Amino acid sequence: MAVNNPKFDASEALLGAYSVPDGAKWALDARSLAAANLRRMGAPVKRDEYWKYTNPVGLTQVPAPKAALFEAGETPMFDAIDRLKLVFVDGVFDADQSDDLALSGLEIETLSDALSKDIHWAKDLFGVLETNGQTPVDRPLAALNTAVAQEGFVIKATGKVAKPVAIRYLHASDSSDAMVHHVIKVDAGASLTLLENGPGAARFNSVMEVDVLDGAEFHHIRTQGRDHQRRTATHMFGRLGAQSIFRSFTMTVNGILTRNESVLEFTGDDAKATVGGASAGDGRDFHHDDTVFVTHDSLNCESRQVFKKVLRNGATGVFQGKILVKADAQKTDGYQISQGLLLDDNSNFLAKPELEIYADDVICSHGSTVGAIDEDAIFYLLSRGVPKAQAEDMMILAFLGEAIDEIEDDALSANIHERLAEWMERRRG
Amino acid sequence: MLDIKNLQVGLEEEDKQILKGVDLKIGEGEVHAIMGPNGSGKSTMSYVLAGKSGYKVTGGSATLYGDDLLDMAPEERAAAGLFLAFQYPVEIPGVGNMTFLRTAVNAQRKARGEPELTAGEFLKEVRTKAKSLKIDADMLKRPVNVGFSGGEKKRNEILQMAMLAPKMCILDETDSGLDVDAMKLVAEGVNALRDGKRSFLVITHYQRLLDHIKPDVVHIMADGKIIKSGGPELALEVENNGYADILAEVA
Ligand SMILES: Nc1ncnc2c1ncn2[C@@H]1O[C@H](COP(=O)(O)OP(=O)(O)O)[C@@H](O)[C@H]1O
Ligand SMILES: [Mg+2]
Repeated sequence: MAVNNPKFDASEALLGAYSVPDGAKWALDARSLAAANLRRMGAPVKRDEYWKYTNPVGLTQVPAPKAALFEAGETPMFDAIDRLKLVFVDGVFDADQSDDLALSGLEIETLSDALSKDIHWAKDLFGVLETNGQTPVDRPLAALNTAVAQEGFVIKATGKVAKPVAIRYLHASDSSDAMVHHVIKVDAGASLTLLENGPGAARFNSVMEVDVLDGAEFHHIRTQGRDHQRRTATHMFGRLGAQSIFRSFTMTVNGILTRNESVLEFTGDDAKATVGGASAGDGRDFHHDDTVFVTHDSLNCESRQVFKKVLRNGATGVFQGKILVKADAQKTDGYQISQGLLLDDNSNFLAKPELEIYADDVICSHGSTVGAIDEDAIFYLLSRGVPKAQAEDMMILAFLGEAIDEIEDDALSANIHERLAEWMERRRG
Repeated sequence: MLDIKNLQVGLEEEDKQILKGVDLKIGEGEVHAIMGPNGSGKSTMSYVLAGKSGYKVTGGSATLYGDDLLDMAPEERAAAGLFLAFQYPVEIPGVGNMTFLRTAVNAQRKARGEPELTAGEFLKEVRTKAKSLKIDADMLKRPVNVGFSGGEKKRNEILQMAMLAPKMCILDETDSGLDVDAMKLVAEGVNALRDGKRSFLVITHYQRLLDHIKPDVVHIMADGKIIKSGGPELALEVENNGYADILAEVA
């Protein structure tokens, strides 16, 4: 490999910037494998095919760029919901602000505790789903995370967990550079809902490895709200067993740079997965990227990708989504839609939808649209006395609503709808 | 109430004159009907009064209670009491009909400095009014006009009119495409709103609607102008002989 290749300079700089936490041998092995993977791949750079639309520099720079704190001045997300609350401040678990970890149907411990035990079920997952997800596309920031992340949770749902587990990531220092890594196992027939909200840190790198066993259900709802200057890279690696259900939804407003990657693999028959996102960006310094890769490798599974972005004043939204159907994944039903609503000519929506199909008996469809707000609809609203800004917001909410409606739980869906409406109203001032 | 003087309107994007000097004065509590061949400018006039963009007013004026309508934003015209029942009501996917109605009612109340209706008050009112128009709960829940039949869309326009209680109602071919029963429902809805003060401008091709909504004055519009005005008998004449005679008469 060439000397002075910026990819490898950057990966060395990153690995040099963080220390590897102590742990049991299997954990250290997983960490060094991840570090070796990162060295092999190099850090992402703009000229990488997979980073064509999103400049990763803010995510790889050492030290991390700063981000001014943002006071939201609103009730924190999900506060009204009966839940197990867990709080991280700049990526560090804050037990004082969190609930007692005991919750029926749930085994939960911190990443450092789990990784220090010589024998632990997490051995089969930690770094494993992430490594699987590195093929066929490199995800160096996830490898970095596995190599050095100090904090996170290791969670096993053994039954139908009634209360959602809600993780809040607070941003308290303008120079924080946080990494969290969660390992989640939803046992056969069990179910778990995980909620996440908050900016996390000035720079936040999160990895979640989720193993959803046969007949299990995993629901994930995340909001990344209103902190303007933060930079975020998240990776969700999901493995789906037979007849399992996996649903993940993310709502994002603001943020200089957000890259949310979801990598799902169907390994058992008759399973269903939905990944969705709604985002709203205002201004040249908004950049939001959803990158999704769904691999069908079993019979009769259904996957849906539904992503919507509203962009104004020079904001940029990116969607890269792929459905890969392997040769024996017959009866696959794959669906993908990505839509951009541009409120002016300065904003950009860049979409790269991909289908790669090797099985013959499948239904797969994908679509991507970009458009402006429907002027006839706006006039209809105006003619009924609704002021212009409010009429536009109604149209925006309606547009994003179609993605929000992918959330199965009505209460949580209503929660997200309401919060988005509040955010819109606040913007109007 | 509504006073239109020598209104001249062209398109913004191309050099095309559509209204060529319309004069029309509607007093309080009056019902006027406008008939006229397709393409004569009836919808254009109603859009321009409601404030749709894309048109260029090149001359004349339009006032509501003495206030310059053409100077107001569309939502201000609505708050001032103008209502247009669209010839082609617009579908708005993702916006619930009920939410739409409540937002509109309260936005107008707010603009007029009146207290907003509570959810309960609103619901009670909308239910009563919807019932008399045979609009069921499902139609109220569905997205605005999406998947509505032609008749449902028109009844939904009348429901909006009833909820917004405007002073000046313009109905653009609200009867087109309706069967007799649906037309009766619409006419009853309109008549229920007649209170001696509220005024109506009914654009229609058919005498049949005017049997139910009795106009005080009937106007004939052709080629961007009102070419003839008269009593209800004028509508009968159109019904029997078409526009040819009238057009020939003024030519
Ligand atoms: N936005 C527009 N663009 C082009 N032509 C238009 C537009 N609006 C109206 N016109 C033209 O103006 C004329 C009057 O149309 P309209 O007002 O719809 O008539 P009516 O309602 O009486 O049938 C027609 O020739 C129509 O084609
Ligand atoms: Mg017309």
